[in-house]
Amino acid sequence: MKLTLGKIFIQDIVFSDETRLESGVLHVNPAQYEQLVLSDDKISSVSFDIAKPGESVRITPVKDVIEPRVKVEGPGGIFPGMVAGVETVGSGRTHALSGMALVTAGPIVGFQEGIIDMSGPGAAYTPFSQTLNLVMVCTPKDGIEAHEYERAVRMAGFRVAAAIGELGRDVEPDEEIEYETLNFVEDLHLFFDLPRVGYVQMLQSQGLLHDTYVYGVDAKQILPTILYPTESMDGAIVSGNCVSACDKNPTYIHQNNSVIADLYAEHGKTLNFVAHIITNENVYLADKERSSNQTAKLCRMLGLDGVIISQEGFGNPDTDLIMNCKKIEAEGVKTVIITDEYAGRDGKSQSLADADVAADAVVTGGNANQVITLPKMDKVIGTLDYVNKIAGASVDTLQEDGSLVVELQVITGATNETGFNKLSAR
Amino acid sequence: MKKITVLHYINQFFAQIGGEEQADHPVEFFEGEVKGPGLAFMQLFGDEAEIVGTIVCGDSYFNERHDETLDAIIEFVDRIHPDLVIAGPAFNAGRYGVACGAVAAGVQERLGIPALTGMYVENPGVDLYKDKVLIVSTKNSAAGMRAAVKLMAPLALKLGRGDAIGASCEEGYISQGVRVNFFEKQRGSKRAVDMLLAKLSGKPFTTEYPMPDFDRVDPQPAVKDVSKATIALVTSGGIVPKGNPDFIESSSASHFGEYDITGVDELTSEGYETAHGGYDPTYANQDADRVLPVDVLRQMEREGVIGKLHNKFYTTVGNGTAVASAKAFGAEIGKRLVGDGVDAVILTST
Repeated sequence: MKLTLGKIFIQDIVFSDETRLESGVLHVNPAQYEQLVLSDDKISSVSFDIAKPGESVRITPVKDVIEPRVKVEGPGGIFPGMVAGVETVGSGRTHALSGMALVTAGPIVGFQEGIIDMSGPGAAYTPFSQTLNLVMVCTPKDGIEAHEYERAVRMAGFRVAAAIGELGRDVEPDEEIEYETLNFVEDLHLFFDLPRVGYVQMLQSQGLLHDTYVYGVDAKQILPTILYPTESMDGAIVSGNCVSACDKNPTYIHQNNSVIADLYAEHGKTLNFVAHIITNENVYLADKERSSNQTAKLCRMLGLDGVIISQEGFGNPDTDLIMNCKKIEAEGVKTVIITDEYAGRDGKSQSLADADVAADAVVTGGNANQVITLPKMDKVIGTLDYVNKIAGASVDTLQEDGSLVVELQVITGATNETGFNKLSAR
Repeated sequence: MKKITVLHYINQFFAQIGGEEQADHPVEFFEGEVKGPGLAFMQLFGDEAEIVGTIVCGDSYFNERHDETLDAIIEFVDRIHPDLVIAGPAFNAGRYGVACGAVAAGVQERLGIPALTGMYVENPGVDLYKDKVLIVSTKNSAAGMRAAVKLMAPLALKLGRGDAIGASCEEGYISQGVRVNFFEKQRGSKRAVDMLLAKLSGKPFTTEYPMPDFDRVDPQPAVKDVSKATIALVTSGGIVPKGNPDFIESSSASHFGEYDITGVDELTSEGYETAHGGYDPTYANQDADRVLPVDVLRQMEREGVIGKLHNKFYTTVGNGTAVASAKAFGAEIGKRLVGDGVDAVILTST
């Protein structure tokens, strides 16, 4: 399977009477997208705003972050099973509006939506301080239940992202990258002398607003399975969760999965990147056992020499992480795990909720309990009404001078466990 | 800008008094003098810092008269009151390492003056003092002096200026068991690919988080007669009286709550809710008995299945809460339960 990913570098976003993409500038007429959002009767109103790198702007409570993309050639459409049909994606040609993101925000659902600061000390921790952000603040109808509201905002985000992505269909990309994965027989012949490597991605599926969807299927319901690594670039995996902001994978992270990118960079050179294996993080013990058994089985079936395992969330999923690691190592397949840490505010506590000697190669995204002061910003997109309640905050978070004293936990993407960032700890 | 003032502690060997035969050399104070490795430090300090005196002591002398010698050294340091104290580096010399650790830790604890030393990782001084002072990791012999000073001098300047100290792998000190965040040069996924390639080819690699020794607790023997037992409910599911009166955090809880349920037959949505931020609170808020089953236990109490339900419940939020905090909560809750004569506990999580 071969995918050409054409990146259109977005230089600026401006509001305008007419929606168009011209010379890298995205002109947006918000009125044009309002209907697309309000077509769901669970949302009562929506407002659009723009946040640019370096501005004194805070976005909160952030739900999802999405990169607008469009399928130009090849089967299917972006976000299959969500807003497109269920054809298998990942081949042909896709255009991405690179350097920008659609950020969905709105009144709280659970306690776990995040903060994006576009400047100041917090900006260093979130990858989305570096993107031009079109922010969509959705307000639910009165009396709507939390999970209905979550679903409505999630789907509205995909509809708008797909519509904006459509603007890039006929635009000449600034950069093109080709990704190709052969079938198992072909790649075995071609790369017979290279180690066979897989990527095991654990998808958040604890339920109760902690979900991920694969081709529209709730990941709680899947058995571990194999994808071509290009499928997630077309939105085959999307976020539906409200886990702590720092280590949940917004849809943007699935579309731009850095483990996949960095394994492709070595593909055919130092390793043979064979497959993208996805598994889940359900809360019942039998589910954990079944999924880790199946994942280890797939690694053996594919004749893998090594895998990188990435996690999403913390605490309960630490047990899935260690089960996967132990069982895959027991099949003779070498592992490196990517996680993050909850070592306490003083850094002195044990970082994970489970451990095993088999996990001898760990990459960490840093200690999420580290405390940081986020100075007051000139502008807030969304609302600070819930800022003392979100995960990583406390009753004392909001200071008199308007600054926030919080753990890194509150910052969207800060301790990402797909290795998207440079933050680490020792 | 004012120069950072430094006092330097070395042994008889590095002061060029003599080797083992001079190990009983008593402690001496050389105000205004720079000796031995101090010269190398001075070169790297440039205009930023200067050594304003050197303390010399024989290794045996220090260790055999540990307390009184340390007192004398502290007194001298207090009088000069430098911005910083450097001890050693001691490499793999055991008695010298212990002396350097004691001096550096003593100065820091008793005078509040930052201190720094350097040792080989197997020096017995490392285990004794690594969690008290910064110990730069050095080679095992004085042949590594140049490399050691090169690591210690910039870290000394940072300490002297009161700058933030980075992670152990960045600054070159021996890990103190405290996790410190920092920004790596490569993103995590690239580091993972590189680590996997090294592991696959049998080359050395360093894990970024060595696995801890996991604390496993054996269950207590079964309660012999539940119908006579007092049972308590304890939860990490965040059930609190409505309004969360003690402000238990939605994640990374700093405390637990103790609430009286005398006369409470069930937890209604008017009276109770969850503070937990790790799951959809809808169903717990509708009926908190789903997380903390007061209703079922009251029924069992009436039916005589259990002796009685303890009149207090304990609650916190498990979400993102550090293990050390959870352990401390557990110890305190356990103490109170035992004190109240509770026989058994039902722990509910989410």
